[in-house]
Amino acid sequence: MPDVRTETMTVNMGPQHPSTHGVLRLVLELDGETVLSSAPTIGFLHTGIEKTAEQKKWQQVIPLVERMDYLSAQSNSMAFCLSVETLLGLDLPQRVRDIRVLIAELQRINSHLVWLGTHGMEVGAVSVMLYCFRERELLLNINEMLAGFRLFPSYMRVGGLREDLPRGFHDAVRAFLDRMPSKLDEYEDLLTKNEIYIERTRNVGRISKGDAVAYGLVGPIARAAGVDYDVRKYFPYLGYETYDFAVPTRTDGDVYSRYLVRVAEMRESLKICRQALDRIAPMGPFAVSDPRITPPPKDKVYTEMEALIQHFLIYSQGFTVPAGEAYVPVEGPRGEQGFYIVSDGTNRPWRVKSRAPSLLACQALSKMIVGGLIADVIAVIGSIDVVMGDVDR
Amino acid sequence: MGLEAEIPVLTTTVEKMVQWARRSSIWPVTFGLACCAIEMMAMSCSRYDIARFGAEVFRGSPRQSDLMIVAGRLSRKMAPALRRIYDQMPEPKWVISMGACASIGGVFDNYALVQGVDQIVPVDVFVPGCPPRPESLIYGIVQLQRKIDRQKLA
Amino acid sequence: MEPTALVALLRELVPSAEIEPVPTVDRHMTIYAASGQLSSLVQVLHDHADLDFRFLAELTATDYWPREPRFELVYVLVSLSQRLRLRLKVRLAGSDAHVATVCGIWPAANWLEREVWDLFGIAFDGHPDPRRLLMPEDWDGYPLRKDYPVQIRKTPEAAEPLQLTAEEFRANVARDRLTREH
Repeated sequence: MPDVRTETMTVNMGPQHPSTHGVLRLVLELDGETVLSSAPTIGFLHTGIEKTAEQKKWQQVIPLVERMDYLSAQSNSMAFCLSVETLLGLDLPQRVRDIRVLIAELQRINSHLVWLGTHGMEVGAVSVMLYCFRERELLLNINEMLAGFRLFPSYMRVGGLREDLPRGFHDAVRAFLDRMPSKLDEYEDLLTKNEIYIERTRNVGRISKGDAVAYGLVGPIARAAGVDYDVRKYFPYLGYETYDFAVPTRTDGDVYSRYLVRVAEMRESLKICRQALDRIAPMGPFAVSDPRITPPPKDKVYTEMEALIQHFLIYSQGFTVPAGEAYVPVEGPRGEQGFYIVSDGTNRPWRVKSRAPSLLACQALSKMIVGGLIADVIAVIGSIDVVMGDVDR
Repeated sequence: MGLEAEIPVLTTTVEKMVQWARRSSIWPVTFGLACCAIEMMAMSCSRYDIARFGAEVFRGSPRQSDLMIVAGRLSRKMAPALRRIYDQMPEPKWVISMGACASIGGVFDNYALVQGVDQIVPVDVFVPGCPPRPESLIYGIVQLQRKIDRQKLA
Repeated sequence: MEPTALVALLRELVPSAEIEPVPTVDRHMTIYAASGQLSSLVQVLHDHADLDFRFLAELTATDYWPREPRFELVYVLVSLSQRLRLRLKVRLAGSDAHVATVCGIWPAANWLEREVWDLFGIAFDGHPDPRRLLMPEDWDGYPLRKDYPVQIRKTPEAAEPLQLTAEEFRANVARDRLTREH
């Protein structure tokens, strides 16, 4: 009988793959179905956003940074605006802060819905994708109401918001908030106690608490491993200390815990949204009244000379930011994100660096999949919720 | 097409049959790169159902697909992979360049991006937008179907 | 812990690190340190019970060309137990841009240092895997430096370089044929 040849097989899960959530290349060394080692290669979506941002004026950077982590677009732009406003020393009106909190939490629900849909589809529960995207359409309708654009509204500006809330905003958000809890129960019905789902996700992709801190992991991945770090509680911003919400944590650190943490986070976000919505008056200030930063209302621009000059200066040369640096960490859907901004006193940034939670999650991926099966690799990549736009910038 | 009276027979040309078969079931290969991929996924879900146009099956393998929708920004590092996937698709194949970044480089005119996917693969339909609404992409696919209707066999 | 207390503690533990505090507008305490003593300073920051900076949030660099020293390496450290955030900056000269790696203390620094090498050209002594991270492996130049252009007009390469020569391939096939049974 011929000798059985045993050697390991190297398989390339190349940049184009239905399950890698974008362009990630994993070269896996396999012994049968077990993964012995993996070598992730990133950079296939590197867009040079940081370099391009150095050529734009401060307000023009906002559409660029929205496209970095494209699932948490308004969290990105809010983090950027917070850093610039810290350098400028602006004091935002309370209403602006509440609206920003509301939009950030809606964005968190949006991102987690996409995660749940794609993760469910990859693990095999295909109908979860259709349900989640159906709910997401309601959120995209709200985005469209705000600024006309579904994915990247560019509604956050340095100094506040682009314009006041539209008519019907409160009703639309309230309708969504009323509908969502029962839909979350529906998704949980499909997955949480589903034996097949538990088999595929329990004890898969484990990471320990010490490793999570050492590898710089944040967000739901770290909280599922027992690290209760949430920027909203540790280093509050925008008045989060006045809201009543909990931060769900688990201790197992596997894919199933991450699922439970994210679903619980969606429920907490709904709580925060309700509290924020009650605080927001339908009409009121939507930006600081600093004439160098906020454009005057259009009817004044057409009738008053001073407003015309102010409008022209803002849109032609922009405002200057005092020299210095600032980094305001913000809790995005994937964890701590923020923009480290260096200004040299002119109207263009000197350096814009985005702190990408997905980059470190991608690095820790090797640690999570070694020793598991190929099918587990798919489940783990889905659970760490990498967005390649954030990893590669 | 002619419909004979009393005899239940439809007559047509071979060309029309082939064109109808090709355009009614264009199966795309999953080539979502960046943000446009999210809108492409939204297009295949229940609100902007692309299954009405026959294109709901996104094949994972290029060897089983007809259409490559390049959804998102193409960086220089990814360009060889794009060409390879295109080469692996069997004829007849079409390419839709979805979004501003795939068509012309988009908002990112810098060292890292290929300024237009048509420098690497031949494109049939350009769909502008950043990202294009799912209705725009469906319109792009309908335009592609009209283009296939005009293609001759010989 | 207040910034002055932190600086005093660090100066006492690592006197040769030349710690220099600077005022900040955000909630990070910011200090400059000398690049030669980075390893010992970082070890103290990680291990000392009152500091406990076990979490590396950010590792990046800024290019201040044409000012010398040209580069400033920025480490953002977070202490979860003490609720502190520290921004540690190290100045590096343009002609001699290298510093010791911190991968041994925070494994998160592995890819972050690779990215700084890729985009700025700052070398990290002792790094286990000094390759480019974001740009293609054979790219020339360090894109985020200020003297690198934003737009380049270069035709994109649509074909990957062959990894094996024709003779090597034929040798592999022949060797497989010999070792296969039947």
